[in-house]
Amino acid sequence: MKALVSALGAGFVFGTGLWVSSMANPKKVLGFLDISGNWDASLLLTMGGAVAVTVVAFRSVLKNEKPLWSEKFELPTRRDVDLPLVAGAAIFGIGWGIAGYCPGPAITALSALSTESIVFVVAMIAGGLLHKAVTRAGSTVRQG
Amino acid sequence: MHDFTPISALAGGALIGLASVWLLAANGRIAGVSGILHGLFSPPVAEWRAWFISGLLLAGLAWQAAGAPVPLREGFPLVWAAAAGLLVGFGTRMGGGCTSGHGVCGLGRLSARSLVAVIVFMASGMASVYVTRHLLGVAS
Repeated sequence: MKALVSALGAGFVFGTGLWVSSMANPKKVLGFLDISGNWDASLLLTMGGAVAVTVVAFRSVLKNEKPLWSEKFELPTRRDVDLPLVAGAAIFGIGWGIAGYCPGPAITALSALSTESIVFVVAMIAGGLLHKAVTRAGSTVRQG
Repeated sequence: MHDFTPISALAGGALIGLASVWLLAANGRIAGVSGILHGLFSPPVAEWRAWFISGLLLAGLAWQAAGAPVPLREGFPLVWAAAAGLLVGFGTRMGGGCTSGHGVCGLGRLSARSLVAVIVFMASGMASVYVTRHLLGVAS
């Protein structure tokens, strides 16, 4: 139970950061990605501020034997740069640049019940499921 | 440059970083929102994912309850919102992360994979907004 409340708290602070920084405002995000006009560099500071915290604190956290309320640290293990990584990031960026939402801001924006955020999140979930279906079909073909 | 808001941008970023440190220190998990969300639709579902997502939603409700400004966009075509959502969902699964997982957490772990992903999605995001806003004239 402690771990679940902790996850809730982390999500709450994360979401608050998205609102404070204006990441949850798609117009602000597009102003940041639109370098051809009046570029608004603010969100560069958001990414910089967040990474400044993680780069320092992750190091000391990972010196602990295990997390406070779970058995072990679950970290990504892959180190290779492959085509799905690059193609996936490119596809994600295209969608991000169209609407101004990435996953976290889109979810917290749902709370305002704007139609565009609801449509976006439903489509985003569908996109994830589509990828799962496509890769599953692909692996069946290769194995078959 | 207009609408430059360095203080709130930096403060919000620090909160996002702190939340990511919290989730790693307490739960041993990477705060990658796309992965957490997609995991909800891929059984067996680990409960903590639902709690984290609920926290994101609660933050939005608390923000509004506190009377803070909620900038809603008017007139953005829903068909574009749907297309963008599909691309974001598909791309984040294929690339194994988004702005939070590769950006905030991956860069924090000094992962070369994440650095490549961040450079690619920043560049394609900038190209995409140029095409949709300035070439196709989509009102955003």
